[in-house]
Amino acid sequence: MSKVVLAILEQRENKLKKVSFEVVSFSKSLASKLNTEVVGVVIGNEIENINDISKYGISRVLHYKNESLTNYSASAYTDLVYEAVKETDAEYLIFGDTALGKDLAPRVGARIDAGCIMDIVSNDFTGDSPVFTRPVYAGKALIDVKFNSDKKIVTIRPNVFKAQTSDVPQELKIETREVSNPNLKTKVVEYKKSEGKLDVAEADIIVSGGRGLKAPENFNLVENLADVLGAAVGASRAAVDAGWRPHREQVGQTGKTVSPSLYIACGISGAIQHLAGMSSSKYIVAINKDKDAPIFTVADYGIAGDVFEILPALTEEIKKAKA
Amino acid sequence: MKVAVCVSHVPDTATKVKIGQDEKHIDPAGVVFIINPYDEFAVEEALKTKEKFGGEVVAISVGNDNSKETLRKALAMGVDKGILLKTDKSLDSFGIAKALAEELKNQQFDIVFMGKQSVDYDDSIVGQLTSEFLGYSCISNAVYLNIEGQKVIAEREIEGGKEVVESELPVVITTQKGLNEPRYASLKGIMASKKKEILEKPIVETANHTEVVKMRKPAAKQPGRIIGTDVSAVPELVKLLHEEAKVI
Repeated sequence: MSKVVLAILEQRENKLKKVSFEVVSFSKSLASKLNTEVVGVVIGNEIENINDISKYGISRVLHYKNESLTNYSASAYTDLVYEAVKETDAEYLIFGDTALGKDLAPRVGARIDAGCIMDIVSNDFTGDSPVFTRPVYAGKALIDVKFNSDKKIVTIRPNVFKAQTSDVPQELKIETREVSNPNLKTKVVEYKKSEGKLDVAEADIIVSGGRGLKAPENFNLVENLADVLGAAVGASRAAVDAGWRPHREQVGQTGKTVSPSLYIACGISGAIQHLAGMSSSKYIVAINKDKDAPIFTVADYGIAGDVFEILPALTEEIKKAKA
Repeated sequence: MKVAVCVSHVPDTATKVKIGQDEKHIDPAGVVFIINPYDEFAVEEALKTKEKFGGEVVAISVGNDNSKETLRKALAMGVDKGILLKTDKSLDSFGIAKALAEELKNQQFDIVFMGKQSVDYDDSIVGQLTSEFLGYSCISNAVYLNIEGQKVIAEREIEGGKEVVESELPVVITTQKGLNEPRYASLKGIMASKKKEILEKPIVETANHTEVVKMRKPAAKQPGRIIGTDVSAVPELVKLLHEEAKVI
């Protein structure tokens, strides 16, 4: 049997994030190709839903535990993942491509001399060595990549790989490691939640607005539609650069690359940077008065009309449909 | 304060990507290259740090001769000198970080700035790798930064909010939009930059840890249909989203 796959599980506020289950499922499929086992690693204090991972077919978890590890600490987490690699002699480490995963994975990678293939969206395990596919140029191209290093780190894009529950119930063995003196040289001291509801990077539905909305106050039309859909609000670069919306909502190259189930673009013409960041959405709706706008080249459904009339009508219609 | 800023020479974000003949890189014909947009925030923050604490700012780039253009841009903004770590090879992030760290470690910088990602390969890892090679602290994706003595306080953007992070010098900071407003190079700055030194050095060779097998275009999205031009199309749209797309 070859060396194990480590599934690095992420918790926030003592709860495993959804992406952690995706990491487990992905790790399982890789491990079955390599004919080896998956070992989970979680760092934090008490984890409320830790037992949930047994449903995804994992049987062994190393839990590095200390009260001061509830919040992310780049220095301490790097040390502890390194410990786990030494103990298990892992070949592969799988992380979610989240703010934490992006920060932590390369730190560990440098320490164990591992190549890093980040933000993968698909894989091919049919050949001799596994090949991983990731977007580059914000999605304008894809690259298929393989490793040349002995140790290997992969981060998976959230919401792309399915978390699959296992048919065979597993008995979960959690090995708790009390951490006595974590290295807290770099540590998170506070988490400031943004007042907005959902983050575009994590949302299943996004309603985005652009320059066609003409003024910042008109974004209430976008917000109202987002509310009835339970969606996140996004924005084009033009709207962000004009100071109408915060940067965290920007979709596209130099903003966030997103792939929700439904993306509704309102008053967005579709600059190449924007299209790169949202074209991989499952369904795209465009509402724009210029029927020749590039956004319609990627939209599944379009209305070539006035956003100021269509948005309120659409909000009402969806309310009715949901009632 | 000794400050370094790492900059990368990348295709303009307006570039229409064409795959090159080797099927591993883009076709560079007709592509306009610019300083990586996230690196402009790094240059600005480096200059602000110097203005506050005094010292020197050195810009470093890994790449071929063309990267000098981007170093010149940093010099024109006010950076004191440039170093080109010269290579014609295409390195992965691990190789770039190794090359940067080899250079940086000799000079004992207090702070190293770089963009949180370059807009070509979008890896977002060079800063973190470099910090670990140097044994420095690292705060990635920073949108706020304050240095008091040896203490570093930053805010980094994460899903649904921000994390306030405390750390210590020496540190690598990777910069995100929102941290500052990059200054424009003044005419005086541009003139002065022509006299500033760009030192060229060969990189320390390392083997890439990852290898691109193939670069390709994503499957083109089939254009859909325009279902109307006014509010009368709305009920049809909702019906399609509900029954055909099944997304609401």
